[in-house]
Amino acid sequence: MTTMQAATERQQEHEARLITAILSGDREKFHELIRPYERQVYLTALSLIKNETEAEDVAQEAILRAYRKLGSFRGDAKFSTWLIAITLNEARTRLRDNKRAIFDSLDNHDSEEGDYTPAALTDWREVPSEALERQEIRELMHKAVAELPDSFRQVVVLRDMEELSVNETAEALGISISLVKVRLHRARLLLQKRLVPLLRMEWKGKKKNGMLRRLPWF
Amino acid sequence: MVLNCRHVWDRISDYIDGTLDPAMLADVEKHLAHCEICSAVLDSTRNIIILMADDRVFELPIDFSKRLHARLDLVLATESPESV
Repeated sequence: MTTMQAATERQQEHEARLITAILSGDREKFHELIRPYERQVYLTALSLIKNETEAEDVAQEAILRAYRKLGSFRGDAKFSTWLIAITLNEARTRLRDNKRAIFDSLDNHDSEEGDYTPAALTDWREVPSEALERQEIRELMHKAVAELPDSFRQVVVLRDMEELSVNETAEALGISISLVKVRLHRARLLLQKRLVPLLRMEWKGKKKNGMLRRLPWF
Repeated sequence: MVLNCRHVWDRISDYIDGTLDPAMLADVEKHLAHCEICSAVLDSTRNIIILMADDRVFELPIDFSKRLHARLDLVLATESPESV
């Protein structure tokens, strides 16, 4: 068994003990059970509900629902996968209730087919650590993720932001592993194409020796 | 098999996730070794994945946790989980 598997197993045992305690009346332990997953629940809600305030509300509702339904958690799935599925349901219900027609201008990218040409450049190889401190970079990332087609965004948020495995992502979303892989690939490449020229511009002032290669198909 | 750039782009995600079969992996690596464009696409895609996973890029709203646990306190004080 790898160290990581052993750690996962220890965590699952710890969670199982907490759940038993909560169900036997030690309700306060729910704070401890949920704490490691706050970020994951919020990001999952945000993958469907693009408004931050509303995503926070959906995240709270999902966590309350998980508390109320805790007795139905069977332990055959991971607690995190169960929690993400509840959050996605809560978010979908919210979208339906709002009867909101979200016009997604990028929906035409939603097909699994299609051609893709990446942004070509040769000077963005390192992630400068100071870049992360800069608000502009974060805003560009937020915007690019928000603009992905819904089905791509859900996959890339679970897989690359929350770092679930491909199998866990498929399980949480109720789609096949091969569909997760296709959507993940296209989402990553759309982000690459969208972000790389922008990030490059952000850094232009700092780095003068960059070279943008123009390719014949551009 | 000799791959062109588009073949390599189609496999970038699997390459990064380490899920290419050994023969394809060797072909992709052979192409990357001499193609500056594809290796730049690979590096930048990988960098975006690193940024996506970085907690500083997608932060929780300020006091998210405080508000959540305050709301939880109200519910935990008055409700038990539903009996199954």
